[in-house]
Amino acid sequence: MNKGTALSTAEPKGASRWALRLHSLLIYLFFYAPIAVLVVFSFNDAQLVGDWKGFSLDWYEAFFDNENIQESIWISVKVCIASTIISVVLGTMAALSLERFRWWGQKAFDAVLYLPIIIPDVTMAVMMLAFFNETADLINLIPGVDLSSGLEKLVLSHVAFNISFVSVVVRARLANLDATMEEAASDLYANRWQTFRRVTLPQIMPGIIGGALLAITLSLDDVVVSSFVASVGGTPISVYVFGLARKGVSPLINAVSVVMLSASMLLILGSLAFQRATQFAREDS
Amino acid sequence: MKKLLEKKSSSAGLEQQAVKAKARQGFFVGLPSIIYLLIFFLIPLGYVIAYSFATRSRTGRTELRDWNLDAYVRLGEEVVQAVAWRSLWIAVLTTVICLLLAYPLAFYISTRRPVIRNLLLIGIMIPFWSNFLIRTYAWRVLLSSDGLFTRIVEELGLGEGRILFTQPAVILGLVYGYLPFMVLPLYAAIERIDWSLVEGARDLYASGWKAFRRVVWPLSRPGVIAGSILVFVPSFGAYVTPAILGGNKQSLMGSYIVDQFMDARNGPLGSSLSVLVLGVMLIGTLIYFRQGGRNL
Repeated sequence: MNKGTALSTAEPKGASRWALRLHSLLIYLFFYAPIAVLVVFSFNDAQLVGDWKGFSLDWYEAFFDNENIQESIWISVKVCIASTIISVVLGTMAALSLERFRWWGQKAFDAVLYLPIIIPDVTMAVMMLAFFNETADLINLIPGVDLSSGLEKLVLSHVAFNISFVSVVVRARLANLDATMEEAASDLYANRWQTFRRVTLPQIMPGIIGGALLAITLSLDDVVVSSFVASVGGTPISVYVFGLARKGVSPLINAVSVVMLSASMLLILGSLAFQRATQFAREDS
Repeated sequence: MKKLLEKKSSSAGLEQQAVKAKARQGFFVGLPSIIYLLIFFLIPLGYVIAYSFATRSRTGRTELRDWNLDAYVRLGEEVVQAVAWRSLWIAVLTTVICLLLAYPLAFYISTRRPVIRNLLLIGIMIPFWSNFLIRTYAWRVLLSSDGLFTRIVEELGLGEGRILFTQPAVILGLVYGYLPFMVLPLYAAIERIDWSLVEGARDLYASGWKAFRRVVWPLSRPGVIAGSILVFVPSFGAYVTPAILGGNKQSLMGSYIVDQFMDARNGPLGSSLSVLVLGVMLIGTLIYFRQGGRNL
């Protein structure tokens, strides 16, 4: 492509070119410097956060010894695993239904599927609160179901927003796939299930894994919805840390934060790596 | 499913029946999520709307009877209006600052070589998706009275460094949190621009500034609109940022709604406010799709 030559005319010359570079550098600094400071100070050997008193792992030790934190993490992990599995299955099916079929009412489904992505957290939280207030007694009538621990409520509400995110990621993958492979399979007398199992599924796997990692991240990171539906004894780690962070800064929260942020960033990098193949291939062509 | 397939292979009008059967199959594949979203998204949404017309009992319970408009009338009260206007002002300011910061950056990224461009993009996507609470908390650490930001500002003599629990702190936190939401759609729009148009403008003796104003800016408008909505909507309903950086002196929409449910125990008012936030979101979304925006 001759885009390169044309690009060079778009690039500002002289002083403004350097200003543009400096500006971009400063923004990346703005993004990452606060995180770097947080990481550095989580290794600080001091009660107060302000001064650097030398390297120490005390706060990480305190973090691993803290039973409340351990328990919250355990709750988060359970909720995250359950909600991710459900939302990956449902989200992938939704993506297939929207991308590979044409049916009546599809447009409406598509629109509703977008809502959980753009709806503000607070509104979603209020919705789940009202819903469980009104229906908990009814749902508890189902044999074997007990919402009082709060875990089920967390799972149910996390799935409600994660289906949409998974389906967006899987759809992006499906849209970039050549449907001729699937057609070839059915020409060779594979039925729909066989075609899906042997042709479509392996090809969309990176999208499904990317979507799953995103769902894990969003479930672990959610604060607002979770704090509305969690019961008193069953707060997930994000809600626990939010409660502490509102009160003030402490080296212990710094350590917990660094662990949470690292987990979040690793999962995102993983998710991007799996989505990358499709996305960037399209952008570069 | 099997029955459908058998039906398909029998009788005449084969093609049309196959299309119908396929449509039905598509619907069934989507059905589990349709049912899920109906029960755990649309019905909850219905409850919030119902709550906003419901009655508050003496004990603070929301009772679904004696439907009335009281909660909407209360939106006109001075206290509520103050919260709404303050949130609106902060959301607008956040959006404008994000746009001013993000535009040059998005321009810079889209004019890089593909390899560098992808690296720079990943650098934006990591903060885009990673833990919002912790990223906000990082600013609380920097802004605390002996925090690094406070001390640097004061030592450089740039004025008052203790901005924690003030409006500037909240705006700073919102800009930090939502800036990636502005950069990505802007990048998507600018990257798509056919640069030979700029070349053409330059060949016709347009100055660099004029070429930008007449060619690049209009072509990047969909990105500007998409990014502005993606920043404005969550800023308007923000809860986490004001809770951590804003203290509780001046409430904003998000925290005010939460207060209605947690402390004031006024479900109807909290719900009518949520409907208001939802309305802002819907208007934003409509504009977004009108402009042909699609991907987040």
